[in-house]
Amino acid sequence: MAVVPMKKVLICGLKQNRKAILDFLQCRKVLEISGDLPEDAVLQKTDVSSRKILFERNAGSARQALEVLEQYAPGEVGMLSSFAGRKPLIFEEYEAGAVDHEAVIADALRLQELANSIGESRSRIPKLEQQMEALSPWQSFDLPLDFAGTKMSAAFIGSLAEPLTAEEVTACLRTFAPEAETVDVTVVSSSREQTCLFAVCARAEADAVEEALGRMGFARAPLTSVVPAKRSEQLRAELAAEKEKIEECRRQICDMATEREKLKFAMDYNTMRAETYEVLGGLLQSRRVFFITGYVPADKAEVLKAALDERYGAFTDISDPGEDEDVPVLLHNNAFSAPVEGVIESYSLPGRGEVDPSMIVALFYYMFFGLMLSDAGYGLIIVAGSVYCLHRFKNMEENLKKSLKMFLYSGIAAMFWGVMFGSFFGDAVSVIATTFFGRPDISLKPLWFEPVNMPMKLLVFSFLLGIIHLFTGLGVRLYTCLRSGRIMDAVCDVFFWYMLVGGAILCLLTVEMLTNMMGLRFTLPAPVGTVAGVVAVGGAIGIVLTSGRSSRSWGKRLLKGLYGLYGISNYLSDILSYSRLLALGLATSVISTVLNQLGSMMGNSIPGVILFILIFVFGHSLNLAINALGAYVHTNWLQYVEFFGKFYNGGGRMFAPFGIHTKYYKVKEEI
Amino acid sequence: MEGIWTNFGVVLALLGAALATLLPGMGSAIGVGTAGQAAAGVVTEDPGQFGRVLVLQLLPGTQGIYGLLIGFITLTQIGIMGGSPDLSTAKGALYLAACLPIGFVGYKSAIYQGRTAVASIGLAARRPEQFGKAMIFPAMVETYAILALLISILSIFGIAGLPV
Repeated sequence: MAVVPMKKVLICGLKQNRKAILDFLQCRKVLEISGDLPEDAVLQKTDVSSRKILFERNAGSARQALEVLEQYAPGEVGMLSSFAGRKPLIFEEYEAGAVDHEAVIADALRLQELANSIGESRSRIPKLEQQMEALSPWQSFDLPLDFAGTKMSAAFIGSLAEPLTAEEVTACLRTFAPEAETVDVTVVSSSREQTCLFAVCARAEADAVEEALGRMGFARAPLTSVVPAKRSEQLRAELAAEKEKIEECRRQICDMATEREKLKFAMDYNTMRAETYEVLGGLLQSRRVFFITGYVPADKAEVLKAALDERYGAFTDISDPGEDEDVPVLLHNNAFSAPVEGVIESYSLPGRGEVDPSMIVALFYYMFFGLMLSDAGYGLIIVAGSVYCLHRFKNMEENLKKSLKMFLYSGIAAMFWGVMFGSFFGDAVSVIATTFFGRPDISLKPLWFEPVNMPMKLLVFSFLLGIIHLFTGLGVRLYTCLRSGRIMDAVCDVFFWYMLVGGAILCLLTVEMLTNMMGLRFTLPAPVGTVAGVVAVGGAIGIVLTSGRSSRSWGKRLLKGLYGLYGISNYLSDILSYSRLLALGLATSVISTVLNQLGSMMGNSIPGVILFILIFVFGHSLNLAINALGAYVHTNWLQYVEFFGKFYNGGGRMFAPFGIHTKYYKVKEEI
Repeated sequence: MEGIWTNFGVVLALLGAALATLLPGMGSAIGVGTAGQAAAGVVTEDPGQFGRVLVLQLLPGTQGIYGLLIGFITLTQIGIMGGSPDLSTAKGALYLAACLPIGFVGYKSAIYQGRTAVASIGLAARRPEQFGKAMIFPAMVETYAILALLISILSIFGIAGLPV
């Protein structure tokens, strides 16, 4: 359990080595840059935002181009590919790949253009289709639709919104415009929704006819200067052209799918360069030299200093960070406890003066997870799954690897508790033996006991584990207090509580009714109870007297002290909270028992075997998923709420070294 | 009608098992449903969040499982799943009473856990790095369902040995 100590460094290098030094630092990922030197007349920051924006824009173009490729020519994605991690490259390859990068960006822009023209063509298609639709009733008409008449006659081309014959239209016109006598109506086409008609009349009567038609709900036909059939032909050709264009663009995009790797590379390269310029913009520079300040893990500081001196002749000054500085936190643990670092990170990293609780958290984490899942079969599946992924994807990202290892250890713990409680896919062994082999004598005997038969025993055991967990938490607090020399805090905040809670528990164990209820085989003798009671009362008095020690007036102190004593109710609810170990453990085993029982319903026959296999596979996968989720959530809970509540505040800032934050490739670290 | 009165204990116990499965099941359905709506909204914006919000959506689902658990234990204890159900009225009533904690607490807590999950899904969507904390808020609600489950389980196992 360790928080890595940090050193503060000041690097001073010649400007001509600036790029090389920055590249070096970037791919070694050991330095978190902090820009805390003030500017003055000689040392100033340079404005590099335009370069940075350029790189960011290029990275953005490459990303969009990749999205286009993904849409039209998706690459192959395996089911487990999210485990695969980024491809490693050495730095020289990175640099070499940057050569043809203008061409790649041009390709990226081309891909975007193609995607845009596909989009445009797509939006034009419905318009064309609409026009064709509107022309379809006019196919047999042999005049252009914008024909308005001759010198002596006026023509009206359009539609009425009901099915009518020529006679009916004429009759209608006669009633609305009795003076129009010359009007002649031809029905071009008629359907249930509309009648398309062509009406001709003498020029003199045009206004009257137009008004009459207007009152009948006349709508003019879409205007075209060519004959409808020909216009339709044109539209069809245009439509085909748009579709062909889309196909063509799509084909071109697919042809460019070979550029995918280059685009990924370009995106990463530009992201990386943008990051460099981000840092560069924050550096203080004079005419010839530049300064970098930052934090380095103490064990890497000397190596870094030597490397910078040897390669670039840069000067490095190493110092201890000051008391009040906001030093970033980096955890370093052994293989057993490193996997739970993620759990601690997602709560909060240790703050100033706090210890890294990884080791203890790991121990209890695996145990609680195992106890809540408590099935050897499920544990085996989890172990096999995580071992397979860890073995298959060597290149996995570090955080993912840690999580998988956490599940690996938790799975081992689940196997352990499964054996202790005699649970292998519930009671699958005995169900299979009884149903299909007629051997009710075969079953998996628990090494310890079966929780379903003795739930009280497991409940007491859960409470016991809970008390140990809480007392360990208090112990860590004691350690932190003693380490920083706060003896008073150690006595008041930890020791008195040990006395009170420990004494109270021992006291309760002398009451015969309680021990009987819990199924314990022993009751502590009365004198022990007396002694424990005295200790507990002593602790309580101590808490009342000292909890409010920050206040001056004794009245306030006592009130605060009484409130502090009220905290005993927290301990009670904390301990009761560990009953979830029993509840979730029982839930797993009872549900798997139900599944096995359901599966064996049809007995030893062929359909019976098929039913059993189906229910076994689907049911147990579901049960495993739900209970593993439950175990995960509630193990986190016991750590965060009950355990951390006793000693841990967190609030540390994560060490974020200047590095390469890319999506597809990573540079191998060498330092 | 006579049959019911001679076997009234079984009727009561089965009523208990039914309630234990029914109420938390309904509650979980509501809870998971509400949370699912929020989760779907988040995934529309950012499909990469699927795994995270799925976990949060599933949290209110456990009450239904606890209910099933109690229902099933009751069924096996009273001998409905194989064996001959023969129960005194008093014992049946005890089973009914034992089923009530998980029934009621499961129902209400699943609904409220669902609402908390909605809020946490919002939190995880905006600040994915705070997922660990987002998970704890809905889990807080579940404590009470677990306590109820515990009392139900202990009661049911306890009733079997009672001489009534």
